[in-house]
Amino acid sequence: MRLVIDGLTSIRSGRPVFSGLGLRVEQGEALTILGPNGAGKSSLLRIIAGLLPPSSGTVSLEGVEADTPIAEEAHYLGHRDALKPALSPLETLIFWQAMLGRTLIAPMEALERVGLARAAHLPSAYLSAGQRRRLALARLLVVHRPLWLLDEPTAALDVASEAMFTALVVEHLASGGMAMVATHGPLAFPSRSLTLGAKP
Amino acid sequence: MMVAFIALFRRDLALAARIGGGTGVGLVFFLMLVTLMPFAVGPDMALLARIGPAILWIAALLATLIGLDRLFQADDEDGSLDLLRMSPLPLPLIVLAKGLAHWISTGLPLALAAPFLGLLLALEPKALLAVTGTLLVGTPALTFIGAIGAALTAGMRRGGLILSVLVMPLMVPVLIFGISATSAALGGTIPFMTPFSILMALVLFALVSGTAVASLALQNAEG
Repeated sequence: MRLVIDGLTSIRSGRPVFSGLGLRVEQGEALTILGPNGAGKSSLLRIIAGLLPPSSGTVSLEGVEADTPIAEEAHYLGHRDALKPALSPLETLIFWQAMLGRTLIAPMEALERVGLARAAHLPSAYLSAGQRRRLALARLLVVHRPLWLLDEPTAALDVASEAMFTALVVEHLASGGMAMVATHGPLAFPSRSLTLGAKP
Repeated sequence: MMVAFIALFRRDLALAARIGGGTGVGLVFFLMLVTLMPFAVGPDMALLARIGPAILWIAALLATLIGLDRLFQADDEDGSLDLLRMSPLPLPLIVLAKGLAHWISTGLPLALAAPFLGLLLALEPKALLAVTGTLLVGTPALTFIGAIGAALTAGMRRGGLILSVLVMPLMVPVLIFGISATSAALGGTIPFMTPFSILMALVLFALVSGTAVASLALQNAEG
């Protein structure tokens, strides 16, 4: 399986964000997307996730059934954690597992992996910013999707949680997954990097 | 796919039932509107009984509008909508699940409260039954017509007003045939089934077109 991007151009409100972008991500590989604010890191991830139409160019995933859109093969972790304050972490994960399909591990097990097992039944409103981020990461574990699109995943995470996050990504890559990570800080796993430049 | 549909439907019901849900707000607004009416109109029982069904319908329509702006906006704000769009469940079915859950948590309570509030308006038992029946059948149309406006204004911070202005004209036919079915049930020259059939047709039309148009609006929310 591999992700193929050809001639991708994004024009946002009349301004070209990036143009003619081409890249390949192979199975088991991580790609770090670097660049200053406004360089188009988030736009690129949203286009790959199918949430934003590209102005031109193609994104395709080779080696999957032809009629499955990439959106259904990818996990998207954006700036917003997609949590409901009134639902508990366990309810949140059970919901997303049913909604997104293709069960990987049990919700409770995922909460243990991210260190939220003790908060499993509290309303998410009581979670701290870092805990909310960890719950959002746990979503990646309960549903199997080979491509992870992560937009600044380590924001609000402490040192220990960052190590936990690294372990999760390494494990995902070892099992044949792919990851694209937009980030500002250095990441602790081996990856190729792509630098997007902000146009003046 | 059915699993995802039921999961979303149940999540929305659970969210509506917990803190921050819209059920209470709509009901209280409905109650206030209907309670104020006898004070405004005066203690003329015959007049109240005559305009009672119309008051209940107008109050239900306005109460439906109150909670509608949060239908998709809440999911858009916290990023849930992005993830919903990446699920295998097609977008029209996502709209349908959310719309049904929204109707059960807002429209259905209004219809069920109507007979009790009808007592305040001196309605006769037969009129109570008629207005409850037409509201039960008609409120889904209000919800799904409203879903179009909710989808169009999902990304707007203060979309509530625009939503009301957008969908109010589309709700007028439902109001007309809801009330004429109610009056037909209470006697008159038109047989009950004539306006009631049109009301049911409007509901089915709203269900299909509301779902389709709202999902198109959500699809093109970003460009």
